Amino acid sequence: MHTPHTSQASHALPNSHTPASHVPEPDDSMSFECGACPPVRRFDVSMSIGGDAGQGVESAGSIACRALVRAGHFAFGMADYRSRIRGGTNFYQVRASDAPVLCHGDPVHVIATLTRDAALTQLGNLARGGALVCDESISPEDNLRPDIRVLTVPIIKIAENAGGKASMNMAALGAAMGLIGFSIDTLCSAIEQRFARKAESVVHSNVQAAREAHEYVSGRLAAGFPFRLGPVAPPSPSPPSSPSPGRILLSGNEAFCLGAAAGGCRFIAAYPMTPATTILEWMAAHAGDLGIVAVHAEDEIAAACMAVGASLTGARAMTSTSGGGLCLMTEVCGMAGMTEVPLVVVDVQRGGPSTGLPTRTEQSDLLLAFHPSHGDFPHIVIAPGTVQQCFEAGYRAFNLADQYQCPVIVLLDSHVGGSLVTLGRSCLNWNAVARDRGEYLGGHITEADADAETADGAYLRYAITESGISPRAGFGHPGGVHAPSTDEHEEDAHITEESGVRVEMMRKRMRKMETALANDLRGPTTYGDASANVTLLVWGSTLPAACEAAAILSADGIRAKVLHYTDLWPISDKGAPLTLRAMPKPQALMDDSTGPDGSGVLVAVEQNYSGQMSLIHRMVTGRAPDFAVLKYDGRQISPREIADGVREGLHRSRKEGVPDA
Amino acid sequence: MPDTPFDSKQRPVWCPGCGDYGIMAALKQAFMSLDLKPHQVVIVSGIGCGSKLPDYVHAYGYMSIHGRPLAVATGVKLANPELTVVAVDGDGDAYGIGGNHLIHTARRNMDITHIVQNNQVYALTKGQFSPTTDTGARTSTSPFGVIEAPIMPLALALAAGAAFVARGVAFDPKGTAGLMTEAIRHPGYALLDVLQPCVSFNKINTYEWYRQRVYKVSDDQRANSHDSGDFYAAMKLAREWGDRIPLGVIYRRTREPYHSALPGLARGPLPARPLDDIGADGFERLLDEYV
Repeated sequence: MHTPHTSQASHALPNSHTPASHVPEPDDSMSFECGACPPVRRFDVSMSIGGDAGQGVESAGSIACRALVRAGHFAFGMADYRSRIRGGTNFYQVRASDAPVLCHGDPVHVIATLTRDAALTQLGNLARGGALVCDESISPEDNLRPDIRVLTVPIIKIAENAGGKASMNMAALGAAMGLIGFSIDTLCSAIEQRFARKAESVVHSNVQAAREAHEYVSGRLAAGFPFRLGPVAPPSPSPPSSPSPGRILLSGNEAFCLGAAAGGCRFIAAYPMTPATTILEWMAAHAGDLGIVAVHAEDEIAAACMAVGASLTGARAMTSTSGGGLCLMTEVCGMAGMTEVPLVVVDVQRGGPSTGLPTRTEQSDLLLAFHPSHGDFPHIVIAPGTVQQCFEAGYRAFNLADQYQCPVIVLLDSHVGGSLVTLGRSCLNWNAVARDRGEYLGGHITEADADAETADGAYLRYAITESGISPRAGFGHPGGVHAPSTDEHEEDAHITEESGVRVEMMRKRMRKMETALANDLRGPTTYGDASANVTLLVWGSTLPAACEAAAILSADGIRAKVLHYTDLWPISDKGAPLTLRAMPKPQALMDDSTGPDGSGVLVAVEQNYSGQMSLIHRMVTGRAPDFAVLKYDGRQISPREIADGVREGLHRSRKEGVPDA
Repeated sequence: MPDTPFDSKQRPVWCPGCGDYGIMAALKQAFMSLDLKPHQVVIVSGIGCGSKLPDYVHAYGYMSIHGRPLAVATGVKLANPELTVVAVDGDGDAYGIGGNHLIHTARRNMDITHIVQNNQVYALTKGQFSPTTDTGARTSTSPFGVIEAPIMPLALALAAGAAFVARGVAFDPKGTAGLMTEAIRHPGYALLDVLQPCVSFNKINTYEWYRQRVYKVSDDQRANSHDSGDFYAAMKLAREWGDRIPLGVIYRRTREPYHSALPGLARGPLPARPLDDIGADGFERLLDEYV
């Protein structure tokens, strides 16, 4: 049984983390992270609730997750919705297990649906032996899928009896939860909590609908259903050493906000854009209790400029957006790079280009983040792979921005940003939060030091140093009066076009990235058996699915491991423990053993069309992936899809030979 | 120019006779008359000849990108409202590429003094028409004469909710310094449009052209003086352009500045707070939301 505080030993894949040389040893609370490597599970049940937008599919799904966590399960919840408030088919997928789940299940075992369209759209995702739960009136014609059960439940009638059709979502939820064997009382209390602020009658009709449908299914209909929840330990009284016992359920955007707030972020300016909007909303909601200035700006250019302005005074400041907003912020990224202002930009990616797939997920902003403005300037790109890593990224981004006085772009995506994950509460550990301001001299005016005001030219904002980092005074510091310019400038910040100074300043700025690579940036982390021959090269949110895929493949005789990048730029083939250097391009793609020359198969797994990380990887290391498993339909890639893609690629290359890199 | 603590060692590269000299002298005068120290002042500029001003003034400053100084200035002010924040930019910055920011900064009533060096031309790029260039003017990008109507910046600011709107001229540093002082004192967004001949690239709106047209309005409450509290009277003056161009305070009223209503600033300026002032208990309370 995996609890938040056990060691890593219980995982199916040997958990041979091969962290980069500068990664601190994971502390106890990090053990959850190893959920990235799939643990042994006694049960693993997935269900999908579908209906028209506006029918409350999302609230049904998130209520299910909350109830599952309260009962001691690990839940994962993922929305699959369209960019409209009413109409169009929406789904919410819930996965439950006795061990940590960090990605969605594929196939699902139960589909509970409110509309015929939703039923037909999702039918292909239903596991053999799974069940379609729907109202009699929308039951699809027979024999669409003879290998599944169609379970008709009077969802409409139950909802109407309970108070109205608005409760159909709760009736469908109650039926599905009954089918998988979940206790109705825990479900009802989660429903009550969700609707606590609504009228008594609303709470009552929702609870009533769920209860009645649950009862309808629980007895005879559920008998013999193969995909049922098993027993779990009650949500722990965890070890006394633990600072905060229990479990929490939260999304990557929420975890990022918690990390940012814990790390001292006190300013956000942003423009609403799906799927990043919840970050601005979180900060605005906590403006009072945490003392945060949250500005809903007139556009993304203004938002990024405001963050730069706040940062100039010494405040920790950020802006959040999605790809289209990052496009608008590019000139500001160059400005912050040139003037060496710490700036955190969070891009919660969605399907591009342009408006693209506004509510769906993709990892296609990497090349934009890789060079987000004209000219050469220092900047850092990181992409957390899990919700827990989002928390760390929340404070780490500000540390990196302060230490290297440059823009730091954090790439989340709709999937990790919006999906709900169950974590041990201690995974979000206040005591583990690092706050490193780098070479910051302070900024706030106090009467005491007001006499220390310096003359023009005395303070060298851009002092040439070996590390490239110059001590930074926040605006208001009496001893640091200066005026940065986006023009090339002297050490004292005054504008220059002198060639020698230009060269020295360019070198100084770019030297910061060498310092960052040497001191703070991380090489890729290996998950799974380090000696496995097939390496899945991944970045960002595909980590958990890739780890499960590696386990699926390994169980199939194809020994696979995962090489995951969180730090995407700058990267280097020096310093970082690139297993790739010990992995020259193979003569043939062998899927069963390591080649005599230590060669292995490198497979890129990315959610974009062009294999954006593969391109960067090839550019930096000279090693191109042998083939890629790419997905760009806006839906998160599943473990099964990755495993199938790897098998197909290996099969293809056996037939056709190794493609030229 | 008197010696002031705001003098920089950097020598301006402006053309001899440029109005920017007068604007800079007036700004330093205003800081002096308000008894400000260089570290208490932040001058944010855009891109253009005049936007090099922060390089020539010893005070905190930031030469940003074209059109965006108001947004940067907003961030500075909201993080540390104790700083005196002045945005200095040109007619291209303020009324062209950055026009959106003017509207919203005025609407929010951000406590920023916005000084626009309005020379009715793009000078740094050598003489293209700007949003304030008069219809008919021949420039390198309007060889057959401008066919657009010029923007009326004071009327635009009024319509957007600005509570302080004024106009000065660069060749009257004393009068302009007085307007700057009042604008800085005004709590909230204050637009000061400063007419400024460009001796190199604007052969139409010359010193002579302005001298023949400008006149001072007084809002000193004496008989026949302009009632700067009267929005419609102000709007009428704001739209006066051509044979007669009014100078002085066109409109002012009291309006609460944006930052005074922000709950996030209740504990003081952001940079004065420790990064961990949420505290372990506060953090645990946040986690309670996710149980």
